[in-house]
Amino acid sequence: MSLVDNRAIDVAPHVSEAGVGDYIALLKPRVMSLVIFTALVGLMIAPVHVHPVLAITSLICIAVGAGASGALNMALEGDIDAIMSRTANRPIPRGRVRPAEAVAFGVTLAFFSVLTLGILVNWFAGALLAFTIFFYVVIYTLGLKRRTAQNIVIGGAAGSLPPVVAWVAATGSLSVEPLLLFLIIFFWTPPHFWALALFRSDDYARAGVPVLPVVAGADATRLQILLYTIVLVAIAAAPWLLGYFDAAYGIASLILGAGMLALAVDVYRCRERSTSLRATRRLFAFSILYLFALFATLLVEVVLRTMMTLVG
Amino acid sequence: MSDPNEPEGIVLTEAQKKSRRQRSIAIALALGVLVVLFFAVTLVKGPAVLRRPL
Repeated sequence: MSLVDNRAIDVAPHVSEAGVGDYIALLKPRVMSLVIFTALVGLMIAPVHVHPVLAITSLICIAVGAGASGALNMALEGDIDAIMSRTANRPIPRGRVRPAEAVAFGVTLAFFSVLTLGILVNWFAGALLAFTIFFYVVIYTLGLKRRTAQNIVIGGAAGSLPPVVAWVAATGSLSVEPLLLFLIIFFWTPPHFWALALFRSDDYARAGVPVLPVVAGADATRLQILLYTIVLVAIAAAPWLLGYFDAAYGIASLILGAGMLALAVDVYRCRERSTSLRATRRLFAFSILYLFALFATLLVEVVLRTMMTLVG
Repeated sequence: MSDPNEPEGIVLTEAQKKSRRQRSIAIALALGVLVVLFFAVTLVKGPAVLRRPL
């Protein structure tokens, strides 16, 4: 019998048992929900009237594009995910979905999300969405993640772009306001992620991912968290200081910023294992609330402003 | 000689059949949403749907 025949017998065809839930998990729904919310704010603060159908179309495209990035990211990081306890239950490490299937799923979603946004809304927004997916998958996942401790700093740009894409979808152009939203998320990402990396550093070390606590140590990470938080608080007040939003937003940004800063100082000061773990967990949890509340304040202010214009 | 009633090729298990059915329904729904989206935007934009600024 020839070698070719043997191979034909040995290679059993793969039939997937992956359910819809597995594919939904590939989209990283929790990350997607934050993307949708920040994109909604980017869309709402745009100084133009956007038809609700176009607004929903833009949000769906941005959400699906973010989901595509998540699926491609998981396809490329199956080996790392299998080692880390936080990610070991994802569909690829569990063997529910094969990496090639995740790639096909991610590429299809990326293609349709960009094409739909380009055709139905505008090509500037479509191109920016394509760039966002490219940045997350190629620059962050393939280029930076396994090579440098600055991976999350540079890679954070991908997660900061959704409100900019939404603004461009609404207006067809760029302006200072969406760039301020970009900067807020950009400077929020490192303290948020490094707080997680501090209490998950063993996981990252085992997987060989060069996150800051693994490469530079916990103390250097605590200092970086504090420094980035100071910049974040200043940037978050900029939309008010530059006159784009009212004092209500400014006060909210300062109160929330004070909370974030207090927790970052706590992380910097508490270096004993028990207190340090509690401090980093608190900062991580608050950082999610911080971003949500900051963007919700922007949303409320815009809605109130629109209502007052309609009444007046 | 093989049994003529025995099915040829791959025989799917019940779990595989169920997940394939679920995936097929999800794909159909996604395509349906895409069609509705294009239809709705065409109604909203009218002839302007062909004008897509860069």
